[in-house]
Amino acid sequence: MYLPDFEYYAPESIAETCQLLSQFGPRAKVIAGGSDIIVKMKKEVLAPEVLVSIKNLAELKKIEYVPGKGVVVGARVTHNDLYKSKLLAEKYASVSNAAGQMADNQVRNIGTLGGNISNAVPSADLPPIFIALNATVKLEGVNGERTMPLEDLFTGPGKTVLAQDEIITEVVIPDQKMTGSNYIKFGLRKSGALAVVGVAVAVEVENNVIKDARVALGAVAATPVRAKKTEEFLKGKTVTDELLAEAGVIASGECKPISDIRASAEYRTDLVRVFTKRALRKAIDEGHV
Amino acid sequence: MSNFIVDKSGIKRYLVSVKINGSEYTRVVKANTLLVNFLREDLDLIGTKKGCELGDCGCCTVMLDGKPVNSCLVLAVDVDGREVTTIEGIANGEELDIVQEKFIEHAAYQCGYCTSGMIISSRALLNENPSPTEHEVREAIAGNLCRCTGYVNIVEAVLAAAEAEKK
Ligand SMILES: Cc1cc2nc3c(=O)[nH]c(=O)nc-3n(C[C@H](O)[C@H](O)[C@H](O)COP(=O)(O)OP(=O)(O)OC[C@H]3O[C@@H](n4cnc5c(N)ncnc54)[C@H](O)[C@@H]3O)c2cc1C
Repeated sequence: MYLPDFEYYAPESIAETCQLLSQFGPRAKVIAGGSDIIVKMKKEVLAPEVLVSIKNLAELKKIEYVPGKGVVVGARVTHNDLYKSKLLAEKYASVSNAAGQMADNQVRNIGTLGGNISNAVPSADLPPIFIALNATVKLEGVNGERTMPLEDLFTGPGKTVLAQDEIITEVVIPDQKMTGSNYIKFGLRKSGALAVVGVAVAVEVENNVIKDARVALGAVAATPVRAKKTEEFLKGKTVTDELLAEAGVIASGECKPISDIRASAEYRTDLVRVFTKRALRKAIDEGHV
Repeated sequence: MSNFIVDKSGIKRYLVSVKINGSEYTRVVKANTLLVNFLREDLDLIGTKKGCELGDCGCCTVMLDGKPVNSCLVLAVDVDGREVTTIEGIANGEELDIVQEKFIEHAAYQCGYCTSGMIISSRALLNENPSPTEHEVREAIAGNLCRCTGYVNIVEAVLAAAEAEKK
């Protein structure tokens, strides 16, 4: 398979990148790892006339802790960078574990956080756990930058609020009161399979009482979604198996999955019930795993 | 910014300098040239195979700066200034790498089509983790599909290579 012709730029700065995107308008697309966009170009779903590679933006490659801000993850960080990060293993192993379950080793060395988010596929593995941890995303464009909760970025399948001249530069996991978090992915194979359902949770538990909870679901709606009724239900309650089972039932009532080649809507709904229960249990008992 | 020339028909061609298997190559490529095609067609390094060409099968696996990637998903222009290892760079001249030797000893291939990618993934694993568990070997080659033998002999070969290398 060969790609159609396009022009290529590899700017040296974020400002120059945004400038090029603004100049070429909808004819241009960003390329980070390429694991989504090259496939789409081969399948003739996309035919950008210009690709703007962000490979030279070294500042987007960091994972670091900034006191008072949180864990800052650059957009060009790959899935394997997340998976193997010592900092994340210490603070939020739930994030590295989510990344380690993605795709396969080769694609994990190529695919980036920014690409996974911008692509806005409902089944993408990284948004749910970042949303559960209340992450924000920073967008930079020709007219400056803006920061928003990650969950507000998505507007539909393949759609985000990103303007033509904007790129994602970083994602920040703020300092947490949450005592535990966990992501469970269900795919049809152990490796190289997209999520049929993904459930991410974060909880703040003190003396066996849930003080706060966030639940984010992937692959069961047009965008990653919060299960807000489930979160409200959990707050202030004492942890018991019955409570977590009931939370699962409520979460399964909050999703609106579709039936497709991988699973029926009914099956997905039931998976949400089971995985919400299990992910809560893990986060409560084991912390950020 | 990338260096480029514009040919007679107005098409831009970009300068790429890349170290492959220890040697420096400088070529002029079109932006749409994929790394796998660059290796096979421009450099005659046909040990790297093309299978699904969508990043699923792993036949085209090469190391990019030491890490295995699918060369069917990477633009040749994007590897400017970087280092690539293909299957041709695994043996030391006439002397096979221990992974290659163990693949032979354990009959870890049949048609051979997935083998280049399998060996690249396995070699990269052992470079990073000299004593992998069976599970870690299976994880490392999960993106390399074999449709002939199954994976039992392959996993045995990689574990045997790790053992042999420790001595
Ligand atoms: C075999 C295979 C298996 C896969 N398995 C999984 C899986 O298990 N789970 C999963 O979630 N995904 C999976 N994917 C999808 C893909 O690997 C990920 O979505 C990956 O994170 C995409 O990142 P990338 O850098 O390769 O994106 P690219 O292809 O470079 O870009 C994707 C899109 O995002 C845009 N973009 C990229 N970076 C930015 C940025 N910083 N700012 C603005 N826009 C940007 C591009 O313009 C493009 O539209 C798989 C893909 C393959 C080929």
